[in-house]
Amino acid sequence: MSTTASTRGDRTTPATTTQTVGGRTFVQTKPPRRGMLLTTLAWVVGVLFFFPVLWMVLVSFRAETDAASNPPVLFAPVSLEGYRTFFAAGPWPPLLNSMTASVVSTILVILLAFPAAYALSIRPVKKWTDVLFFFLSTKMLPIVAGILPIYLFAQATNLLDNIWLLIILYTSMNMPIAVWMLQSFLSEVPVEMLEAAQVDGAGLLTTLRQVVAPVVMPGIASAALICFIFSWNELLLARVLTSTVASTAPVFLTGFVTSQGLFLAKVCAASFVVSLPVLAAGFAAQDKLVQGLSMGAVK
Amino acid sequence: MSSSTDTSERGTAGPNPEQGRAGATPPPRRRQTRSDSWQRRIPLLPALIFVIVMTQLPFLGTIIISFMNWNAYYPDERGFAGFSNFARVFTDVNARSAVVVTILITVSTVLISLVLGLAIALLLDRKFRGQGIVRTMMIAPFLVVPVAAALLWKHALYNPEYGLFNGLLTLVLGEDAPQPDWVGSMPLPALVAALVWQWTPFMMLILLAGLQSRPLDVVEAARIDGASEFRIFTSMTLPHLRQYIELSTLLGTIYVVQNFDHVFTITAGATGTANLPYFIYQTFYTAQDYGRASAAGVVTVVGTLVVAMFALRTAFAIFKEEGR
Repeated sequence: MSTTASTRGDRTTPATTTQTVGGRTFVQTKPPRRGMLLTTLAWVVGVLFFFPVLWMVLVSFRAETDAASNPPVLFAPVSLEGYRTFFAAGPWPPLLNSMTASVVSTILVILLAFPAAYALSIRPVKKWTDVLFFFLSTKMLPIVAGILPIYLFAQATNLLDNIWLLIILYTSMNMPIAVWMLQSFLSEVPVEMLEAAQVDGAGLLTTLRQVVAPVVMPGIASAALICFIFSWNELLLARVLTSTVASTAPVFLTGFVTSQGLFLAKVCAASFVVSLPVLAAGFAAQDKLVQGLSMGAVK
Repeated sequence: MSSSTDTSERGTAGPNPEQGRAGATPPPRRRQTRSDSWQRRIPLLPALIFVIVMTQLPFLGTIIISFMNWNAYYPDERGFAGFSNFARVFTDVNARSAVVVTILITVSTVLISLVLGLAIALLLDRKFRGQGIVRTMMIAPFLVVPVAAALLWKHALYNPEYGLFNGLLTLVLGEDAPQPDWVGSMPLPALVAALVWQWTPFMMLILLAGLQSRPLDVVEAARIDGASEFRIFTSMTLPHLRQYIELSTLLGTIYVVQNFDHVFTITAGATGTANLPYFIYQTFYTAQDYGRASAAGVVTVVGTLVVAMFALRTAFAIFKEEGR
């Protein structure tokens, strides 16, 4: 990495580097303009992708009359009108429901997935690959194909509009991802060290804490992050299975945008508030995000 | 995968005789392995049984209902329907359109995001000032809640009167700039664009991680031997990236096939944009036709299974290599 790093686009280094490798001298010329160009291009692309998010935040802090301007202005007087309207519409119960459903289901997922991943890696059952692929295959079963029986079951057992139903469903929705990820991390635990710890008379807890935990904690963190995000984002199940008491933030968001007239600042404020937990968690743990999204294949 | 070998066997092979918990003589050892294999299964069972109950049972229910005549608006007419629901699904113009729309949305979103994601990953895989900031900015679209992102695109960007896109057109072209109704005139591309915005960062993140795990000394050697950048890309970078490309395609497809939020929010399934999830949702939730919705669900799953067979095989290859 180090040799390429100096030649690649860093504006402060000279454009020409001379290296002697194996008796041959080779000169690498790279016009500084190309590096500058690529850097500029990267920045332009980054800003382009980020701009809608920035625009959402900017518009959310405007008065409705300023928000709906054509042509657009980058900076307008700050107004909290949108946020006031949003918080007056009673978003706290749905936000709390979302938080409960995401956090509790994530905890349940980890509690169930960890022993399962252990039985698929450190002390594997026979045909553990088949089991692993069974988990993955359930992820390919579209949720919508099972939603009607779940609805009818919930209706018959009075579980409609109950947050626990969502918690259980989100747990099963995220279980395959968590099992895959934790399996992939646990299979990196050095089994020899586990045995050595046992020989040395270390108890199960000590072994877990000193041998397993350092390897697996990052995996648990990534799995938890990704399970939290997917639960928080979920709309279809929540929309079909909840109505007033247990409705979640995404459902509230879809219902919030029915009014006529000027509502752009409101919509942006609401969208920003609902996205905030995911944005915060994702930015805070970018590397965990990559591990989680690739289900542990990237470490 | 090394851990698949029996730990108890490795235990007895060790220098310390007392460490092997599976005894030394053959008969008790066999008995031991049987109880041992149960011991191994126990931690797995809660998660496995839970997932089987939660995913396979509802689908079984869907199969049963798909053979029934069941509309919640006409509760008296409930009964066995044979294959009539399936016949209706296959002859229904909307259902067939939903299949086509699902394929169109999924293939175009995944392909475009993949190509863009790869290009951006290559751009970000160099040292430059602000590399971290650009990466963080790139991730942001993926971290906006899908419904919120769909609302943002529909109202703040696409709106013909005060959306950002038409506003920029006015800004650049003046007062008589064209002010297209983006969602109305091109609903599918509008949907795909919003989806690509969210999924490109996903692809980019996985591919960037792949690029950064590339053995650079080999690349450096090739460069010293005079290989062109293009040659290095096609014969070294791409083969190394193959498994990451396959992985991101597989995962992206799993999620985009099921997309409901964008269709629901941006077009509400209007003007030929209802995909299968939305079509089933509508048939069951709005039309209350449980039989037909279930038949459509079964068709979706069978279709998904065919694709999944190939996808799973690919996934298997990826993770086998990964698992060492």
